[in-house]
Order: sequence, then structure tokens, then C-alpha cells
Amino acid sequence: MNKEVKAKNKKKANKGTLPRLIKMVFGFYPVLLPFILVCILINAVVSSIPSLFQQQIISLIELNWRDGNWEAVGPKILSLVFILLILYVISLIAGFIYNQGMAIITQGTLDKMRQKLFGKMQDLPIKYFDTHNHGDIMSYYTNDIDAMRQLISQSIPQLMISGIAVITVLSIMTFFSVWLLVVVLLGVMFMLMVTKKIGGGSAKYFMKQQKAIAKTEGYIEEIMNGQKVVKVFNHEEEVKDDFDKINDELFRVSEKANQYANTLMPVLGNIGNIIYVIVAVVGGLLLITNAPNLSLSGKVLSISILVPFLNMTRMFYGNIGQVSNQINSVVMGLAGASRLFELMDELAEADEGYVELVNAKEVDGKIEECSEHTGMWAWKHPHKSDGTITYTKLSGDVRLQDVDFSYDGKKTVLHDITLYAEPGQKVAFVGATGAGKTTITNLINRFYDIADGKIRYDGININKIKKSSLRSSLGIILQDTVLFTGTVMENIRYGRLNASDEECIEAAKLAGADDFITRLPDGYNTMLKSNGSNLSQGQRQLLSIARAAVADPPVMIMDEATSSIDTRTEAIVQKGMDALMHGRTVFVIAHRLSTVKNSDVIMVLEHGRIIERGSHDELIAQHGKYYQLYTGAFELE
Amino acid sequence: MIKILYQSVREFKKSSVKAPIFVTLEVIMECIIPFITALLINEIKAGCEFSVILFYGAILIVLAGFALYFGKKAGMECATAACGFAHNLRKDMFYKIQDFSFENIDKFSASSLVTRLTTDVTNVQMAYMTLVRLAFRSPLMLVFSFTMAFIMGGKMAFIFFLVIPVLGFGLFLIIRKVMPLFRSVFDKYDELNNSIQENIKGMRVVKSFVREDYEKKKFGKASKQLASDFTVAERIIALNNPLMQFCLYTVMIFVLSFGSYTIITSRGLDLDVGQFSALLTYNFQILSNLMMLSMVFVMITMAEESAKRITEVLKEESTLTSPEDAVTEVKDGSIEFKNVSFKYSKNAEKAALSNINLSIKSGETIGIIGGTGSSKSSFIQLISRLYDVTEGEVRVGGVCVKDYDLTVLRDQVAVVLQKNVLFSGTIRENLRWGNKDATDEEIIEACRLSQADEFIQHFPDKYDTYIEQGGANVSGGQKQRLCIARALLKKPKILILDDSTSAVDTKTDALIRQAFSTYIPNTTKLIIAQRISSIQDADRIMVMNNGCLDDIGTHAELLERNKIYQEVYYSQNGEKGEKNE
Repeated sequence: MNKEVKAKNKKKANKGTLPRLIKMVFGFYPVLLPFILVCILINAVVSSIPSLFQQQIISLIELNWRDGNWEAVGPKILSLVFILLILYVISLIAGFIYNQGMAIITQGTLDKMRQKLFGKMQDLPIKYFDTHNHGDIMSYYTNDIDAMRQLISQSIPQLMISGIAVITVLSIMTFFSVWLLVVVLLGVMFMLMVTKKIGGGSAKYFMKQQKAIAKTEGYIEEIMNGQKVVKVFNHEEEVKDDFDKINDELFRVSEKANQYANTLMPVLGNIGNIIYVIVAVVGGLLLITNAPNLSLSGKVLSISILVPFLNMTRMFYGNIGQVSNQINSVVMGLAGASRLFELMDELAEADEGYVELVNAKEVDGKIEECSEHTGMWAWKHPHKSDGTITYTKLSGDVRLQDVDFSYDGKKTVLHDITLYAEPGQKVAFVGATGAGKTTITNLINRFYDIADGKIRYDGININKIKKSSLRSSLGIILQDTVLFTGTVMENIRYGRLNASDEECIEAAKLAGADDFITRLPDGYNTMLKSNGSNLSQGQRQLLSIARAAVADPPVMIMDEATSSIDTRTEAIVQKGMDALMHGRTVFVIAHRLSTVKNSDVIMVLEHGRIIERGSHDELIAQHGKYYQLYTGAFELE
Repeated sequence: MIKILYQSVREFKKSSVKAPIFVTLEVIMECIIPFITALLINEIKAGCEFSVILFYGAILIVLAGFALYFGKKAGMECATAACGFAHNLRKDMFYKIQDFSFENIDKFSASSLVTRLTTDVTNVQMAYMTLVRLAFRSPLMLVFSFTMAFIMGGKMAFIFFLVIPVLGFGLFLIIRKVMPLFRSVFDKYDELNNSIQENIKGMRVVKSFVREDYEKKKFGKASKQLASDFTVAERIIALNNPLMQFCLYTVMIFVLSFGSYTIITSRGLDLDVGQFSALLTYNFQILSNLMMLSMVFVMITMAEESAKRITEVLKEESTLTSPEDAVTEVKDGSIEFKNVSFKYSKNAEKAALSNINLSIKSGETIGIIGGTGSSKSSFIQLISRLYDVTEGEVRVGGVCVKDYDLTVLRDQVAVVLQKNVLFSGTIRENLRWGNKDATDEEIIEACRLSQADEFIQHFPDKYDTYIEQGGANVSGGQKQRLCIARALLKKPKILILDDSTSAVDTKTDALIRQAFSTYIPNTTKLIIAQRISSIQDADRIMVMNNGCLDDIGTHAELLERNKIYQEVYYSQNGEKGEKNE
């Protein structure tokens, strides 16, 4: 049932893509776009008229050249040329404006789309990133935006120009002869059928091609990243065979797709030629049999009508060909746009919180809000019922009560978790992979929302706290260190944007990172590229600790924060770490028991339940799972 | 560059030649058809018989039929040629990369190789398609129209000598101005995409630090900057069309006014009506093909950068190859280092390893310990000749590693790399990387040794469990054990574990080591580890520091005399020798 609705919605979304896209571009350029469209209209209409004037001039010459009397026809011809000149100037100006305008609109629209997309992406819940392939998300920005570029900058103006030209030519044709028009229209129907067949095949194979490309790129990425392993196992030949299969398939479908696409133009063009001949033959027949003409002009069918009509037939088919030629980029562009809209329609991370974190100071024993940084923070809690505001000092007291949680709504991964972390306490989680250690921290900062139970932070239900306030009050150091392109200093400052250089260096010293940073070629100004690949894993972890330190949060969560720092270095930075943790509530997840040993309380998790809790000494005395872990009699990972 | 790329055309040479031939034929048809059409119209104007119309009509239909056929063929051959060329480029690069040494791979980096195999190939494919198709079509049309204009238009056609240079020069200026702009814009585009990738990857950090708005602003600025640079370039390109129209209109006005004046005053002697119409027709063809030609030029220059990057890969020679008359048998698992020094690149200031002298007996178990950056990994990578020494010599089984056939050497020296990778496929498929003919029994045996069998048996699909890309669906410890099993299946004479049990708990780690000494006692084992407990039972332990062998000896000896070893030991076990991990 649910699936059906989803499929239905999807279909609807695809159908509505074009109007939505147009509406959006109009929204971006409410003045410029209509203006440009008018210019396109003028350019298209004006460009299709001159052939009429040319025809008139030619017939004037044909009638008069034998007389050689320039004075008689000269002014007539020149006045026609003059009108043409004016039309040309108008068309040139309109053409110039729309070409320039389209360049602005295309790039501007892509920019705005990108920003919208990126903005939306920032607001999506973590769940989205956990459940979607990063390569797929990336392709929104590369493949889909590129397809849109083609659509907006070329296909849409081309379609408009050709469309308008077709209409203009058609109306002029009715002016000449309806009978011949019928022949032309029959031809058009035939062309549309051909277009549907070839274009349909082309679109089908282009879609297949996209898939084959994705597969090839996926394989290439996997092997390139594991190339050293391939070498170590002498596996080059096998890999070549596998690659050949995928690469051959890509060749097969892309050849087909491009063959279809390349054939459309010549086929349509020459069908146009054939219809041209048929019109000529039918015209000749009508002429000879003196068949009564039907036309808006009311003129009898004559040579002077048939000849310009034939010219217009040619123009007409030329334009139809242009329209069909855009079919691929339209199909791909719309597919891209509908994918982009899909992402834009994803539900943003909801936040109904209203309790905010504010700077505070204590005046006469009462907490007051203030604007400057005082090092003291308070929760600003407005009460809807009576309109009053209360302030609670931020102290870092975190309590979980009977918390249940499931990622997918089916399999419960945390059961009845109850724990108290008092201000300044260090709470550690140990247990095998999948026991739910990281999940608990995901719940505290509300990357995910609990299914049942309560989490209170300084006595406030965390659902009432604004997510931004909640997360600013928590410092998290993650297992997989992420650094951004920029200098070392910038990366540390990411923790608190208004931190001074001195504060950043101070934090680095605290984390024990200052030592290696100063030995880098440019010290704190060393550029980090591709996630700090020029640093060792341990150095990157030290940087991420410094980044958290500069944020100076009252509560810290360290998820395997020191796992890649060798024990000797860890021992060296231990002092800094202790200093960092001093006075804060700290949640520690660690694989190494030496890291968690000095915690105030250690929780041993198994299959989403806390099975043991207590201090190191207490747990050792219990001779339970922790004891087994500690003595190495139980498998951790 | 062209020569190297050309080698990848191979079996598509035929299509690459046929396509322009068909294009030429198509162009000829396209040029004849209007000519015949003009004749037909003249006949109609002259009030001909109906049969004449039929006659010309029949000719035209036949010609159109040919044109259709040629056009279709041209299009199809062209698609085959371009897609085939791209196919071969990918294949050649991929094959080439398979021959790369570690040094070659380091030089390019994985992500850059991916771009070269994907985006760059696509760019070249597009350019090749354009080249095969338009590069013939436009000049042909140009020459033909130009000739026809002169033949039919007579003196009046000299107007083109005035207009074509104007248009040509204009187009030249536009291209010259816009090319460097495009180049820098594409670089910026890459940068922007990189920053998006970073953002996606770091979303947890962005959200934990509440930096959504900061990221939006940062991205907005970069995106806007890119758009404005792009707009500048595209607006210059957008001058093409009006410029062409301007020239077209100029010729029109000129021909229409002076032409009609000439016809009438000379009573059709200097110019007649037929010539007059021809000039008007060919005017459009000449100028539009000139513009097309300039666009072809732009496209090809834009693909030049990509072509260069592809050529770099194709040209790169592997820095490591098997010698001729290579030794094809590794006698035993003994290892010897003689005055070995090693730098990752010639220009590197600091040697990764300096002056290592060491001899390891076959069947010995060696532990290696040292801080981050002490070159433990560099050391072991020299043994299976993943890199070549800068100075000195490494011998395996008494023979210098450079004298072995690489495949033989690497089959006998199995390395479990620190940054290890499983590939998408079933567990069984992954394990068969070690030995593709391994029986199920052998596979299970290897997994028992590496303590992987137990958890594999717990999976619903057991050995047919599908491993996702990068081994995302198994835990770190499981992955490491699978990687060890994979290496064991080679039945190597030397087994090297580069920090390969870091995510495995102490108990299992001990079981693995125990299994090693029980079941493969004759295999030389080198074990890099962070944990002292992983190596303390080794026959000898190497202590590495700053690229030098600081000390070597048994656990007891080192604990007695080596300062670094003592420090590491106490950091893990506490001063009082209290057991910690």
C-alpha cells in the first residue's frame, strides 16, 4: 500500500517536472526571463519573415529585368530592401540580447539550483546520508546539473525558436494554400512517427547508457582504490577480465544510444526532402488540373504561390528536424531535473525545539542572559502557558531513561537504556561492534530520535531543545576523522569560528597536536588536502581533538577518538586529554581498555542492552563480561 | 600525444575511416539536392509539363534516399568509432594501470586515476565524435558552397572575400579570449565538486558543530563565483551567433540591393536571376559552416586537457618489471637486507629507510614495533618488491628480489596490507583472490587459521555472504581476519602482517598466532603490531625508529635494554607491569 502510493507520487513528480522547472526558472528571473523570451519570439518571427520579402524582390526582378529600367522598379526594390534592413536590425538586436541573456540565465539558474540543493542537503537528517550512497548524492551535482545545463542553455531556446518558426511558417502557409498544407501536415505526422521510433530507442539506450556508466565508474573506483591489493595478490589478469566485461557492455549500449541519436537528423532531413518532392508534385498536379485553391489570401494557385510555398516547406522541415534533434537532451535533462526535485523534496530534519542555549552571567545569584561570551551558558526556556522565561544553568547533566531505539522501525537495537551522567563525570561504553555504543551517542545529539523513553539534559527533555543549541553544547570526536580542505588553523577553528589564532594554538597544545603541527612545512598555515591525506591517521585524530577543544563544549563525546594514536603517543597526550576532559561530562567509546579504565562509570553493552555497569575496579571484582574482556577471554569485535 | 591516442583506435579504424567517407557522400548528396531542386523550380516556373515534374521528382526521391542511407550510415559509423575509441582508451588505461608499480600508483593517486578513466575519456569521446563527423562535414560544405557561389554567382561572390575574413577574425578573437577562461573555470568546477564531496563525507562533523549555515554560505560564495566566471565565458561564446547573423544579413542586403541593380541595369548580362538566388542560398551555407568549424575547434581544444591527462597514463612506464631470465622458484623463506636505504621518490629529502642490515632465517617469526612514521610499512614492502630499494639489496631465499619473476615472488611473499580492501562479491570469491583454484576445504581451513570461520558460519549465507564495496558490511576485526585468510590461501613461504590484527581482540589475536605456529611453522612470519602482546612471543622483535632499525632482540632482551621498547611496553602495561589489555 505504502509502496503503491510512493510509486504513484513518483510518477506524478516526473510528470510535473517540466512545469515545475519552468516555474522555478521564472521564479529566479521574474523580469529577465520574460524579457528574454520576448526577444526569442521577436528573433524567431523576424527570422522567418525575410524569405517572403526576398521572394517578392526576386519576382519583381523577374518581371522587370528585360526592360532594364531601374528607375521604374528601383524604388520598389529598395523600399523592400529597406524594410528587410529594419527587420534584420531588429532580429540582430533581439538575437544579441537573448544570447547574452540565456548565458546569464543558464549559469545563474545552475548556481541557484546548486545552492538550493546544497542548502537542502545541509538540512537533511543524518539518516539520509547513512542510507544513501555518497557517490549517488554526488552525481546530483555533476551528472544531473550538467544535463540541466544542456537543457536550459540549448534545448529550451532551440525548441522555442523552432516552435515559433514552425507556427509562423504554418500560418503563412495557410495564407497560400490549404491543400498543400494538408500534404505538409501528413508529412509531419509521418516524421513524428519516425521520431517517436528512433527517438524512443535513443532515449531508451541513453538511459541504459547512464546505468552502464554508473556501473563502470563504480567498478573503476573500487579497483583503483584497491589497486595495491590487486598487485599484492597478482590479480591483474582477473581484474582485467572483469573490467572487459563491464567495459564491453558499456560500449554496446553507448554505441546503440549514439547510433540512434546520430541517425535521427539525417533520416528526418531526408524525409523532409522527400516530402518536399511530394509537395512539388502535388502542387504541379493542382496547377495543371487548375484545381480550385483554398487559402486565406483567396488567391488562385499559381507559380508565384507554389515556389515560395516550396521554400517554406523546406524551412518548416528544417525546424522540425531541429526540434527532434533536441529530444535526447530534453529526455536526459528532464530526468536530471526530476532527480534534483526528488532530493529537494526530501523531508528536512525536523526541529520543534524551542529551548535555546544563551550566554549567561550570574547577577545576585540569579542567571541572566547576556550577549558577550562569559564562559557560562544557560538554557533559555520559554513557557508557553504563562509566557514566562526561565533560565537554567548549563551544567552537563545527561540522563537516559528507559530508552528504546530502532533504526528502521523494526529491529530494536537499544533496549531499556537507563543511565545518568552527572556533571564532570566520565562515562565509558565498551562492547562488541554492533552492541549499540555509537547509537547511544547518536541519540544524545539527536542525529536519530529515540523510539521510546526519555533523554534529559540538565533536566530538560532534549526534544524541547533546539537541535542547533543541543549540538553546540556537545563536542563530538568521531572515529573517522574528517578534515576539510584548508589550513590546519582553519580546520581547528571549525570548532569555534570566532576563535583567535592564540586560542586555536592553545587548543592544539592541549590536544598534544602542537608538536607535530609546528614541524609541518608551513606550521599552522599548512594546507590540508583531500581529508588531510598528507597527515597520518594519528595526527588527524589529534587535530580533531584540538578542533573539539577549541569549541570548549561542556559535554564531550569521544567515539574511538584515540584509536589510531599509538599507545606511546597516547600516553604522551594523555595529560592533555585529561586536561581537556577535566570539568566536563564525557562519554567515551573505546576499543582499548586502557583508554576507558579511569572512567567514573563503565557501561558494558551487549546486543543493545547494558549488561554491566560500574567502575573499573567494581567490574573487575564482578568477574563478569568486563572481566573477560579485560583478560582477553572474550571476543570484542 | 596524438600518436599515443591513435594507438587506441585499433579495430575501430575502419569505422573511423568509413564515417568521414559516408559524411562526404552525404554532403555531396546534400549539395546536389538543392541544385536539382532549383532546376525543378525553374521548370515549374517555366510552366513545364507534369511529366517533367515527375521526372525531377523521381530523381530527387532517389537522391534523398541515398542521402538518407549515407547520412544514417555516417551517423552509425561515427557512433561506433567514437564509442569504440572510448572503449579502447578505457581498456588500455586500465590494463596499463594493472602493470603499474606502487610508485606509479602513488604518483597518480587513486582518485586522479578514476577521473582519467571516466570524465576525461568521456570528453575525448565527444571530441572524437565531433572530429569524425563535423570536422569533415563543415570544411567540405564550406569549400563546396564557396565554389558553387563562385561558379553560379560570378563576380558578386567576391563579397564573401570581404565577409569571411571579418567573420573568421571575429570567431578567432572569441576563441582566443574564451579558451583560457574555460580552462580556469573547469578547474574551479572541479574544486567546487571536491568541496561538495568533502561536505557529504563530513556531514556528521558539520552537524555536530552546527555548521550548516556556515557551509551554506561558504558554498554559496564559491558557487556564485563559479557561476559568474562561467557567465563571462559563455557570454563571450554567445557573441558567435549574432556575429554570424550580422555577416549573413550584410551579405543579404548587399546582394539584394546591388544584385537587383546589376541585373536590371545590365538586363541580366552581368548577373541573372538564377545566379542571384544561388548567392542567397549559398550565403547561409558558407557562413553557418564557418561557425560550425569554429565550434569544432572549441570542442577539440577543450578536450585537449583531458587527452593530455589520458596520455600521461598511457605513457607512464611501470617502474618495476620482471627481469628477463627471471628466477621462477623461491627456495625458502629466508630474508636478507644488505645496507638497504629507501626513498619514496628521488627528490625526497628524507630517506624512509636508511642503512638497514638484517638477516632472517626461514621459518622465523619476527615482530616489528615502532611509532607512527617509523617506516615499518616501508620496510616490509621492500620484501615482496612492492617498491625498489634506493641503495643496497634485499634477498629472499638467497636471491636478490630484483632477479625474481614478480608474480612468483609475490605469490611466495604474502602481504596483508595495513590499508586493506575487500571487494564486492561473496566471501568465497574474495578469498579465492589468494588462490583461484582453492577448494572449499582449503578455504575453510584458511579461515579456521585466521579465526574467521566461526563468524562466517554465523552469517545466514555463510561463505556465500555478499561483501559490499569496501567491505562495508563486516566489522573492522572481521575484515582483518578475512584478509589474513585470503593471504594464507596463497600458501606463501613468507607471510607479512602489517598491523593486520589491530581491530581483533587480544584473545583472538593470540589464537591466530597460535594457529600460525602450529599449522604453518615453516613459513617465515613478519608481524607489525601496535600491541606488545601481539609480538612478544616472536623469535625476535625489531624496534624501528625514524627509518632506522633501532634494535632487534627477544622480548626479554629488549625490555631489558631498549628505551623505546620499554616506553611502549609501559604505556600499554603500566609501570608495575600490571596487565592492561
